[in-house]
Amino acid sequence: MDGKRNTILFKLFGSSISYMRRCLFSVLSVGPVPNHLAFILDGNRRYAKKWNLGEGMGYRAGFLSLMSLIKYCYELGVKYVSIYAFSIDNFRRRPEEVQCVMDLMLEKIEGLLKEESLVNQYGVRVYFIGNLKLLHEPVRLAAERAMKATSNNNNSILLICVAYTSTDEIVHAAQESCEDKWATTQSSANIKDSQDGEEKDTDDVIKLSDIESHMYMRVAPDPDILVRTSGETRLSNFLLWQTSNCLLYSPKALWPEIGLRHLVWGVLNFQRAHPYLERGRKQP
Amino acid sequence: MPSHVAVIMDGNRRWARMRGLPVGSGYEAGARAFRSIVELCCNWGIRVLTVFAFSSDNWFRPKVETDFLMGLFERGLRDELQHLTSAGVRISIIGDVSRLLKPLQVLLADAMETTINNSRLHLIIAVNYSGQNDIVQACQKLAIKVKDGLIEPEEINEFLVERELETNCTDFPHPDLLIRTSGEIRISNFLLWQLAYTELYFAHSLWPDFGEDEFREAVYSFQRRQRRYGGQKS
Repeated sequence: MDGKRNTILFKLFGSSISYMRRCLFSVLSVGPVPNHLAFILDGNRRYAKKWNLGEGMGYRAGFLSLMSLIKYCYELGVKYVSIYAFSIDNFRRRPEEVQCVMDLMLEKIEGLLKEESLVNQYGVRVYFIGNLKLLHEPVRLAAERAMKATSNNNNSILLICVAYTSTDEIVHAAQESCEDKWATTQSSANIKDSQDGEEKDTDDVIKLSDIESHMYMRVAPDPDILVRTSGETRLSNFLLWQTSNCLLYSPKALWPEIGLRHLVWGVLNFQRAHPYLERGRKQP
Repeated sequence: MPSHVAVIMDGNRRWARMRGLPVGSGYEAGARAFRSIVELCCNWGIRVLTVFAFSSDNWFRPKVETDFLMGLFERGLRDELQHLTSAGVRISIIGDVSRLLKPLQVLLADAMETTINNSRLHLIIAVNYSGQNDIVQACQKLAIKVKDGLIEPEEINEFLVERELETNCTDFPHPDLLIRTSGEIRISNFLLWQLAYTELYFAHSLWPDFGEDEFREAVYSFQRRQRRYGGQKS
């Protein structure tokens, strides 16, 4: 009897918190709401050390925070959320630690595919962004399955950057642009004469639009806010190209400590800077 | 001590507006702050100082303002060139200078040539510079090499791209510390590739007010940071 009453009280409490949060988001939505939020999930290992947790527990705590935060973002009306889950540089960590993260990723990706998961609840399409060939095979296959399984969702988008660095993304875009360009040039050279040689020279050079169209992140617009937790203020080779005019926000909280208040504060800062950012964007 | 410091000199116009002065006074005060920072870098043993003097996005400011700024830049460089040369400062310019007036282009080329052998401080001035355009021009140069059969597309790597970026004029192309004044917290299309692992420091003071104390504070902040480059804890 007591147990049933406690469950009802708990549910009521949960519902009122949820209601208050929705009210807060309605107020925030009076101003501009960012379309795309990017997060660098820094501080998981420090969190584990701080609370004397075992190896890998920091990442698990981080995952729980991630799920809450993604939920808040979609409730607020943010359409795109990007996260820096694993950098190519992180492969240089101890093999046991890398394996621990890969195992956790595999477990969580498989969790995403379940019926009751967040992505199905909120109609989220998932992309895995990065040099996926560098991932351990089971993780890569799971990622590809997840992308396929969610390809019909269209409410919001989640971009999970794994085996990613911005410089690698740019190099890859340059390689593909060149391959594309010379493949088109070869086929058109077989048909055309070389009379208009001079025009061809200008066309042969790759342009900014070529590079952008081959970036892994071409599936999303540029982020409006880049959040890096744990107080470190650096980009660590994340979305260098895409954050050239983006607002940066670095709360001191470690990633597993991130909460609603940080999201609200970030959005308020965005709203304050919005007129300036918009002027910058409108200039061609 | 950081080897390479980059600075976005923001806040000159706000400084002038706050004092009820014309915008030109803001830029002049900014020029004074710039001279003082160059001297501090020389004294503190910083090897490279890169300053964002003018972004390719800034052309959308009123023409009167951009003309004034270019004039100030030309006058300042003419007046200071002798002093900088004797102080051992090497000057390099990054950005698309073809859009600048001819006399200024000639002056810049001359400054670069005259100071090329100086080695106390390498001063890199970004004029009409865009981080994205820098990356694109590097990729274009590599694309031409691919077209000429010198390299295969799959041979393009980070090292080759870096070699073609405009910052290839220095042995330390990656800033250790980026300082942006006036409290704005974004990169604004400055060095993008080169800032991959740079410690970012956002100062509240407007650029003309950024002096020795503020610079010292920024360097202390840098020295307290833990740089891991994605790997093990240092």
